[in-house]
Parts: sequence; structure tokens; C-alpha cells
Amino acid sequence: MIVLADQLLVLVMLINLVMLGTSRLIFSIRAVAVQGVILGVLPGLIHPFSFHLTVITVVIILAKGIIIPFLISDAVRKAHIRREVEPFIGYVPTLLIGAVFTALSFAFAQNLPLAPEHKDLLFVPASIATLLTGFLLLTTRRKAISQVIGYLVLENGIFVFGLLLSEAMPAMVEAGALLDLLVGIFIMGIVINHISREFSSIDTSRLQTLKEE
Amino acid sequence: MFSAVDPTIYLLAAATLMALSGVPGLALNRPAWGQHLAAFLVVVAAFMGEYAAVALLTGSPGVTYQVDWPLPFGPALLSADLLSVIFLMPLFLVAGCVSVYSVAYWPAHKHASAGKLTLFLGIFAASMVIVVMARNSVLFIMAWEIMALSAYFLLTSEQQNPDVQRVGIVYLFATHTGSMALFAMFSLLREATGTFAFPLSHSLSLPVTVAAVVIITALIGFGGKAGLMPLHYWLPGAHANAPSHVSAMMSGVMLKMGIYGILRTLSFFVGVPAWVGWLILLLGAWSAINGIAMAAGQRDLKRLLACSSIENIGIIFIGIGLALVGVQLHAPYLVVCGLFGAFIHIINHGLFKSLLFLGSGVLIHATGTREIDRMGGLARRMPITSPLFLIGSLAICGLPPLNGFVGELFLYVGAISDGIIAPLPLAALVAPVLALVGGLAVMTFVKLYGIIFLGAPRSDAAAHGHEATATMTAPMFLLATGCLAAGMVPVLLVRLVSPVVAFYGDVAAPALARITSRVPIVPLTIVNILLVVLVAVIGAAYLLRLRRLPRAQGSTWGCAYPVPTPRMQYTGTSFSEMMVNLLGAIVATNRRRPTLATAFPAAGTRFSYTLTETVLDRILTPVFAGVGLAFSYLRRVQHGQLHIYVLYIFATLCVLIIWPH
Repeated sequence: MIVLADQLLVLVMLINLVMLGTSRLIFSIRAVAVQGVILGVLPGLIHPFSFHLTVITVVIILAKGIIIPFLISDAVRKAHIRREVEPFIGYVPTLLIGAVFTALSFAFAQNLPLAPEHKDLLFVPASIATLLTGFLLLTTRRKAISQVIGYLVLENGIFVFGLLLSEAMPAMVEAGALLDLLVGIFIMGIVINHISREFSSIDTSRLQTLKEE
Repeated sequence: MFSAVDPTIYLLAAATLMALSGVPGLALNRPAWGQHLAAFLVVVAAFMGEYAAVALLTGSPGVTYQVDWPLPFGPALLSADLLSVIFLMPLFLVAGCVSVYSVAYWPAHKHASAGKLTLFLGIFAASMVIVVMARNSVLFIMAWEIMALSAYFLLTSEQQNPDVQRVGIVYLFATHTGSMALFAMFSLLREATGTFAFPLSHSLSLPVTVAAVVIITALIGFGGKAGLMPLHYWLPGAHANAPSHVSAMMSGVMLKMGIYGILRTLSFFVGVPAWVGWLILLLGAWSAINGIAMAAGQRDLKRLLACSSIENIGIIFIGIGLALVGVQLHAPYLVVCGLFGAFIHIINHGLFKSLLFLGSGVLIHATGTREIDRMGGLARRMPITSPLFLIGSLAICGLPPLNGFVGELFLYVGAISDGIIAPLPLAALVAPVLALVGGLAVMTFVKLYGIIFLGAPRSDAAAHGHEATATMTAPMFLLATGCLAAGMVPVLLVRLVSPVVAFYGDVAAPALARITSRVPIVPLTIVNILLVVLVAVIGAAYLLRLRRLPRAQGSTWGCAYPVPTPRMQYTGTSFSEMMVNLLGAIVATNRRRPTLATAFPAAGTRFSYTLTETVLDRILTPVFAGVGLAFSYLRRVQHGQLHIYVLYIFATLCVLIIWPH
């Protein structure tokens, strides 16, 4: 089971790179949905079965895999955008930086003072790599939708780390994380709506007109 | 006789009533009713407060109230001792007068801000009552901050005006600097005593350095609020730009809260270090001379009055300083006379400065300007305000038969009797300082009264000046009566202040009676009566003679000009020119002269004259401009690029990850 979990985590990291390399928003959203579903399955693989665990798995798959991606693609449809145009750093360079970050996160995880039973797992490097990918998406992409996706990826990274820490997966921790996510998406959705309404564009680089002089 | 009712509860009830007085006005859809109701409530509260103050002065025991609030700072203690009472008396009197005056001065049907102003005026007065009654430092700081902030909201009533905005910012800066010092001071006291409750009087003995820091921070925090030099920089602008009744309240009452704070802090100590008395004496003398010198050059009516407040605060500090020096030199005259002078002047200044500020409100109402050089000839047009303003002006100059003289008399007597026989007769120098200040004050207020009320009107607005309604003149009349009564019968003031001096100075009753009997109070009364009779007789004779002689109208003194205009009269600026030149080191004038090629200036040639304020304009403003420039480089970090902001977080995270390795 642990071996399967590790393989899934490799998949998560590959999805990270996919998101960094693509320019099509719908494709990014689907990738994030797949990543969410994988994350939903993961707890079932590493913890013994219980009713509680089933509920959590279902809720996570619903939220991360279906509802949130649906909301974002809905926003994409309403705002009439298909592609991320002119990112601050091009796709190939971000892809390379993403690869470097993934490598670095492996190196960094080696140096962390982890508990011996976590030493050989991929959880820590995968979580750090996902976190860094989220940051990379947030900083390099221009469209607000891409930033929402970046935020989601960031949250996924934190979630992977949480899997490691909460052995018994207390429901409160999970609920808190999900709520956090939902609020984040909610705010982002409102912001996107307002940006596109006010500026007839959702290009966040135009937001600088809002800064005080 | 008052033992049946506890006066402290009256004070608390009065504070509550004042704090809530403006609330109905916010809910009523007729704001004018709310304003009238608020004025009525404040007057009721003022009567309750004065009743309680008199009860406490006549020996009714003060009770301490303890409120067990859920905050972790110990119980909130409230009580009123005699030191509180001496500040509460002018507070309630001025608050009552001001609230009545505001109904006509800032009527709700003309000013949309009237509701807000009424609300904050009540809160302002109530917070000051709590300031003098708080016996727990956290409660004190809370009331202090409410006072400071409500004063800010009051003084920025005309917030559309950029001048008002600027002085508002300066005031906020000054008051928060002071609060910071007070936080430091109360933290040190908490460290020393282990509790947030105020230490009992004369119970605290701290290590020398700690005591020094406590006293210095108290002087910064409280002295800044009182307007002690060099922390006075906020005062002229704030008083000048606030609505006049708010200025009256701020100058007549709020400045005294700073003095209260210092007196209360000093009372904690078993023995105050020797240098404190001299320092306070020096700062007081400096403030008095500088304050009146600044006032002498002003052209703005209210700015002049504000600067003269600095002078009066200086005189009060001179009194406190004399008393402290006296304690150190074991000179009972200095102690008693210094305290008498300070306490009497606290009451007096509350009376006459409020009177003058209310008077300035009437003048602004009538002429629409604060520039005294645009007024003139108002004595004929304002037959009630003019004599009231004259009484205030004479009182503030410290001339008999008015109350200002009584306080200064005690200071003179103290300085001359014990100051000279002291081993170090430096304290005697107070007498010439006071004389200098008094002389400058006479010149300043002759200028003020003469330019405003005498001569011919210098502008159309002044020519059409009109008397105010009775709602505005009645409070002024009350204050002027107070000035006159206290001046004519100084025994009243002495009787009022004696228990406070005995309490605060720890002086036994026989010693107190022995010393006060040496101050010529009864002769002063007789001289005062003679003076008034003399003035009345001469005035009556003059009027009789005036009636019998034929009348002719014409220009007074044409200076050989065939067509003189009212603009050719002496202005305030020209009247005080010589004095300002002599005081050039203290008040920096900024003159822009035209260069003249011919004997007569060309048309359109202008001469301008402004006064700069040393601390604010020459020190603080350049320093802050420099700091602002330095920080403007930091503004580049804030560019509005959302992505780069995320990058900052990211970079911070990376640094934190790499740091330990």
C-alpha cells in the first residue's frame, strides 16, 4: 500500500509540472482536479480503514476533485478566457524552475530532522515541491484564474504535509483545512468577478492602479 | 452637613450624564432638540458636580469606589480627593457654560456636524472627570486616551479645511507621543509597586535612576498635554482651528489635566529629587516668557489666546516649581505661596481663558474672520461683549481688581519673602520673570483689545458686526462675574484653595493660617474697592462732561493725509512691531519687503509678515520631511504588483528554509 502511495505522490509531482507547462486554463483546472482526487485517495492508502476515513475521503474528493474545479471552470466560461497569455516568465523557463525546485525539495527533505518512519517516504519532498509549484504559479501568472489555481496547488502541498503529521486524521483539522480552502476560493471568485466587471479584464497586473500614491 | 449623601457618587453620576448627553441628539430626527437637551443635561451635571465639589471641600469624606471589571489589571478604583476637586470645579463650570454657548454658536440647523460635536463635547468633559478620579493607571490611561481622541474629533469639526486637517495630524502626533511616555511611566510604576493601582501619596521611594525616568516621562507625557515648552508645538494651531467653545474647553480645562497628572505623579514620592523643582521652575519660566512673546506677535485672535495659554501654564508651573524648591530648602513660605499661586491660577485661568475664547467665538461669529487686523471699532457695535472681553483681558494680564492678580500676588510674596532669605536666592528671580511676563501680557492684550474694539472698522465685515444673542453672552457674563468676584474678594479664592494646599502640601492648619495672614489679602480688597470707586467716579465725571460739550465728528488724527482710510490706522502688527523686534530671538518673524525705488511704492507692491514657530516650523517639520524622504525609497517596494508581493512571501519562506543550514 505504501508503495502505491509513493507512486501516487510521484504522479502528484508530475501533475505539478504539467500545470507549469501548459497555457490552457481548462487543462490546468482538470489537472488540479485529478491532483485533488489523488489526494483524496491517499489517506485511504496509508491509514487503516474506518467509517470516519471513508467520510473524509468522499468529502475531499468531492471538494478538491469536483466542486472547486467546477466552480473555477464556470468562472472561466463566464469570463470568456481560454488561455493564459504572456506570463511574466515563459512556460519553458517556469517548467525548468519547477523541475529545479522539485529536485531541491528532495535535497531539502533529506536534511530535515524527520521521524525515522517518515524518512524513506516521498510525502515530505512531494509536499514541498507542490508548495513551491503553487508559489511559482502565483508569482508568474497574470490571470486571476491562474492565481486561484496556484492557490489551490499551494493548499494541496499543505494537505500532503498534513497527511504525514496527523496520524489519526482528526476530523477537525481536515474540516479546518477544507474550510480554509473554500474561503480562499470564495474570496478569489469574488475578486475575479469584481476585477472583470470593473476593468473588463482579469489581468491582475492592472491591479496596480489601485495602489495609493 | 453633607454627610448624609456621598459626594463621589454625584461626581460619577455627573460624568455619566455628560457622557450620554449627546446620545439622544443622534437618534432624534430634530437635531436642534437633541442639542438643547444635551445642553440641559450638561448644565444639570455641572450643578451636581459643583455641589459635590463644594461638599468635598467642606470636609465631607471622599469614598473610593471599586469596580471589579473583567480586565487583568486589578480593580478599577475611583475616588475624588481635594486635589481632584480643585480641577473639577473649573471643569464643571466651564463645561456648563460651553454647552449653553454651543447651542447658539454651533446651531444644528446651520452645521451638520452639530450632533457629532455635541456628543464628543459630552464625552470629552466626562472623560476628564474620570481622569481626575481614576486611581488605577489602566483606567487613567483609558480615560486619558478618550479625552485626547474626543478632543481630536472636536477640533477637526471643520474637517474639509486643509489647515484643520494639518493641525489635527500635528495634535494626534503630539498626543500619541505623550501617551507613549505615559505608558513607559506607568509600566515603571507597575514594576516598582507590583500593582496597577496608584500608590498612596508619599509612599513611593524608588531608586534614583528609576525615579528620574518616571519624572521625566511624566513631564513629557503630561507636560506635552499641558502645553509646557518645548512640547507646546501642537497647541497654537489646535486651539486656533477648533470651534471657539471647544477651544475654551481645551484651553480652560484640558491643559490642566496635564498639570493634574504631574501633581498626582509627584505626590506618589516620599521625597522628590532636588533637581525636579528647579527643572519645573525653569521650564515654567521659559514657557511663560516664550508663550507671551509668541502671543505678542500674533495676528490671529485665537492663536494669540492659545499662545497666552502657554504663558499661563508657565505661571502655574512656576508655582509648582517654587513649592518643590521650597520643600527642598525647608522654606514654608515658598511651599505655601507656590501652591497657592498654582492652584489659584488653575481656577483663574479656567475662568478668564474660557471667557476670552467664548468672546473670540462671538467676534468670529460677528465678523467672519480671526484676523485682528481686519476688525476694529467693534466696541460700539457689540456693547455687551466688549466689556466682558475687557474684563477677561484685564484678568489675564494679572491686573487688580481682577482675579489674575491674586494668584500672581502669592507667587510674588513667596519669591520675595522666602526666596531671598534662602541660602541660594535663585528662587527670588521668579519675581522679575513674573513682572516681565506681566508687562508683555499687558502690551499684548492692549493690542488685542485696542485693535479689535477701538478705532474704526478695518473691513466691511467688521463694520457690519453685530452683538450675539443672550444664549452666547450669558455664559460669558457668568464667567466674567466669576473673574470680578474672585478679584474683588480674594478671600473667596483663598478660602477655596486653602484646604487643597493643606492637603497637597502636607501643611498643618496653624502654619498655613500664619503664612496666609502675611499675604495682604484684606488690604487688597480695600484697594480694589477704592480702585473701582475711583474708576466709576472718574468715568461718571467724564461722561457728564462729554454730555455738556458740543459734539463734532471727524477723523482723529490724519497725519497730514487729506483722505485717510480706516486701513491707515495702527494695525496689530504695527502696534507690536517694536516688541516683536526686541523679542526677535524668541519669535522669528518672516518679513517679505518690497524693494522701493521711489518714495512711494508702486501699485500692487505688497509687504507680508508671518510668524514662524520655532519648534514646529524650524525643528519638527524639517526633521519629519527628512524622515519622509528617507522612507520614500522604501515606497518602491510597494508598487502594487500582486505577483511580486507573493514573491516577497516566497522569498521569505525560502530564506527561512535555508537559514538554519
